[in-house]
Amino acid sequence: MDSIAVALAIGLGAIGPGIGIGIIGGKALEAMGRNPEATSKIQTNMILAIAFTEAIAIYALVMSLILKFV
Amino acid sequence: MSSALHISIAAEPLFNIGPLAVTNSLFTSWLLVLGLSIVAIHVGRNLKKIPSYLQILVEIPVSGIYDLANNITGTRAKVFFPFVFTAFIYIIFANWAGLIPGVGTIFVKIGEHGAEKAPLFRAPTADINTTLALALLSVGLVQYYGLKTLKMEYVKKFFNFKNPILTFVGILELVSEVSKIISFAFRLFGNIFAGEVLLVVTSFLVPFLVPAPFYGLELFVGFIQALVFSMLTLVFLNLATTHAEH
Repeated sequence: MDSIAVALAIGLGAIGPGIGIGIIGGKALEAMGRNPEATSKIQTNMILAIAFTEAIAIYALVMSLILKFV
Repeated sequence: MSSALHISIAAEPLFNIGPLAVTNSLFTSWLLVLGLSIVAIHVGRNLKKIPSYLQILVEIPVSGIYDLANNITGTRAKVFFPFVFTAFIYIIFANWAGLIPGVGTIFVKIGEHGAEKAPLFRAPTADINTTLALALLSVGLVQYYGLKTLKMEYVKKFFNFKNPILTFVGILELVSEVSKIISFAFRLFGNIFAGEVLLVVTSFLVPFLVPAPFYGLELFVGFIQALVFSMLTLVFLNLATTHAEH
């Protein structure tokens, strides 16, 4: 039963950030296509935004690690 | 299988100094602070017009973070820069400390009879206590500077009884200050700890070559997380010290 909880925690928790990172990457590419000169600025901001989005998946990962190892 | 993998969420205590249990992450943190201090003092004492290689190496992150602070906070960058840069340098090396060979793999015997084993070194930010302390420090400093620059106006942001909407907004602001601490602490801890688990598991499954790209990924993640921490601190400091527009 515990293993199911662990798998569900990270599995469901990864859905939202997955969609979010996809949107961020797609929009960043769109912006770079429109304005190639601003690529470096867009890239840093994109990586930062991805780091924030990824943090939500990391919360789920921490929860599942706590369930698994504690 | 789980006996071969050594993963523990909490840092293990190595020895005691009085009532203080020195954990392996605290021990590594001390060594790190010592090393960083030596380099910083050495470079600071020997500043030259024509810089040495070491001075150039140190100047790159200093000017980089200073530009970042300048972009975000404008003229107040000089006030906030020392804390933000110290946090950045400490966090980035604490994150990378877990990637040094030997960290997490050298085991010592602990306990009264040496019955248990624990790693001698552990990345400081892979311990929730370190990241929570950093988060408290950062959010506490935001409150301090907010009170110092805006005085009563800052307090009014949280406790305002002029009309019920502003009272409710104040409660929300209070909750958001607490959630800042939690998100700071868990973002850093989660990223670094998850990275260590990832490296341990991949090197357990395939010992050769396969873990190598993940090391590169962890180097990148360590840098990004340090940058995110200092950038967020700057943004919050900037928000707390600017007058609200009506």
